[in-house]
Amino acid sequence: MRYRIRRWGPGLLLIAPSLVLLAVFVYGLIAWTIKVSLSDRHTAQESNGFVGLKNYTDLFTNDINDRFTHSLTNLLIFTVVFMAGTMFFGVLWALLLERGVRAEGIFRTIYLFPMAVSFVASGVVWRWLMNSKIGEDAGGLNWIFEQLHLGFLQNPWWTDPDWGMAAMAVPAIWQLSGYVMALFLAGFRGIPAELREAAVVDGASTFQLYRRVLFPQLTPVALSALIIVGHMSMKMFDLIMSVSGAQWLTEVPAVYVWQTLLTSDYAKAAAISVILLLLVALVIVPYLVHTSRVEKRS
Amino acid sequence: MKFSRRAAVAIVGVAALFGAAACGSDDDGDGGNTKDVEVFTWWADGGEKAGLDGLVSTFDTDCADYTFVNGAVAGGAGANAKQVLASRLQQGDPPDTFQAHSGQELTDYINAGQIEDLSADYKTWGLDTAFPQGLIDNLTVDGKIYSVPANIHRANVVWANTKVLTEAGITEDATTLDQFIANLEALKAKGVAAPLAVGKDWTQLMLLEAVLITDLGPEKFTGLWDGSTDWSSADVTKGIEDYKTLLGYSNADRDTLDWTDAEKLVMDGKAGYQLMGDWEAADLDTKGFKEYSYSAFPGNATAFQWLADGFVLPKGAKNAEGTRCWLKTVGSAEGQKAFNTKKGSIPARTDAVATDYPEYQQSAIADWKKGTQVPSCAHGAACAQGLQGALNSAVGKFSTDLDVETFQKALVAAASQFIKK
Repeated sequence: MRYRIRRWGPGLLLIAPSLVLLAVFVYGLIAWTIKVSLSDRHTAQESNGFVGLKNYTDLFTNDINDRFTHSLTNLLIFTVVFMAGTMFFGVLWALLLERGVRAEGIFRTIYLFPMAVSFVASGVVWRWLMNSKIGEDAGGLNWIFEQLHLGFLQNPWWTDPDWGMAAMAVPAIWQLSGYVMALFLAGFRGIPAELREAAVVDGASTFQLYRRVLFPQLTPVALSALIIVGHMSMKMFDLIMSVSGAQWLTEVPAVYVWQTLLTSDYAKAAAISVILLLLVALVIVPYLVHTSRVEKRS
Repeated sequence: MKFSRRAAVAIVGVAALFGAAACGSDDDGDGGNTKDVEVFTWWADGGEKAGLDGLVSTFDTDCADYTFVNGAVAGGAGANAKQVLASRLQQGDPPDTFQAHSGQELTDYINAGQIEDLSADYKTWGLDTAFPQGLIDNLTVDGKIYSVPANIHRANVVWANTKVLTEAGITEDATTLDQFIANLEALKAKGVAAPLAVGKDWTQLMLLEAVLITDLGPEKFTGLWDGSTDWSSADVTKGIEDYKTLLGYSNADRDTLDWTDAEKLVMDGKAGYQLMGDWEAADLDTKGFKEYSYSAFPGNATAFQWLADGFVLPKGAKNAEGTRCWLKTVGSAEGQKAFNTKKGSIPARTDAVATDYPEYQQSAIADWKKGTQVPSCAHGAACAQGLQGALNSAVGKFSTDLDVETFQKALVAAASQFIKK
């Protein structure tokens, strides 16, 4: 027993501060948020009646103009386009670089660099690029299309009521594709050269080499990339705030939380936050379970 | 030996951390002098800061016993300050007085019992007679008044580019909605594609309110905010239809523009008209634009849709007497003059001397005296923040789908959720 304490004690003591901080400031506050979300605290007042899941059901059934479902739809469109776009460009660029381009380092830096820019800064620029005016008044990308006599490409970007969120994903794709590329490039580099050589010796075509030998080994990389991009997408706030500001057209749950907090509706804001947390957990937890299993096996 | 060294490192680590935490929470005490009056605002620069400075110099003379302490929190058009204020009120550490929109926006503070009733002081200071009765009526909640407005702005003003109007042969200000629509049509015929400049959600809400004042009249319009007028009535439907017609003459990219972007459309001659609060006068002057004219929104007649920044007396203020002296200064003729001549607004008092003010304000002062006061929702005089948020979202949606029926349903739902009858 004493031996055990000697063995575990110091280590435990060493991580105790961070454990305590995490317990209080992360898990404690999550618990507190859940508690608020179950109360009727809809004003700045301290009223703490317990209302069960009413705030949650209200969000889905009793929200004015179905505002919450609308924000979820927006988020879904954004996430699908964002994930598909980053995966497409990430894999494409990784493939091109993997094939052995001259000055690979330069291209890698160029593609990766947008990630260094904050969403707020790029949002301000993209706000201007995605100016919705067309024809003579056009600005930004629409102006470029106009000058190139590609007027038919002009579009209202994020102000389109149905598919505007797809346009909102464009800056995000621009920023994160390079990161996905880096992940895949590392994945490609991690595959032993012997495997390629063996495949070539066996007479595999380039397509077969990629399809049957390389890509199957990249599944874990693809999964990580999807998880990372996916959870960023669900929490998206800063980009949307700097491109469109908080408004109906582009409202996603994170922006809705902000708007609700500004009107001191704490219970509702907490309920949306909890739903958002669950959505992200839905993606991340299975992934964590999966990786820990894989690690145990190896 | 090995164990003890490891343990020592761990213990030192823990101790250092808690030590740091303890230092961080060091009690910095109150340091408050009982003569200090902490005035919490978000007036940190520009005309607002100048106005506050004017007010402070009057305070220093009138209340020589007390010292003004500036508690301004800059940024975010007050959003930052409101967050700071909310946490201070929650912790029971209120400033001696704070800035807030007078009217319904105070509802949350009133319900939470965070601010004091000032109606007795209104009598003592003579404010009940110095302010127009319409304003007193709008300010009164269950027989009590909770704030002293420092200024008045008017929301229902139409600004026009006179050059564009003249070219289209428009020589008179429209006084009815039909006339206004005819003018918009004339501008359109002259090649002005979007004759009415409109910005994002809250500016749309202002336009909707102005149309509703025309279609319902001032009395029924005011009733919308206290539950005595029915949002589902046919009058409101007509108002929404008219509002929709007006949106048809506006710029398609309205949801991407702030009010200053819309103002620029007017300045550039790309639009003829814009509905905006009368802070636009000061802004146009600053930008050196001269070819503008202004008039009340067509059909509003003498309705003066007001909004105001006011000051309150928080419960538990450390220096309540000092705060009272500040509030007395804010409501006094000298205080209002010192503040408003700098900020570009008009005094709430009816005894103001118009010649002390620039041209636009002179006409606004005259309108204020003879007009009917109606409150503005978009700027907090008529609505608490929850209702403002819900309505902004609803007009934002309407701007994209122009579906009158769902819009009215949303308005009715918002009213039933937020307005206590």
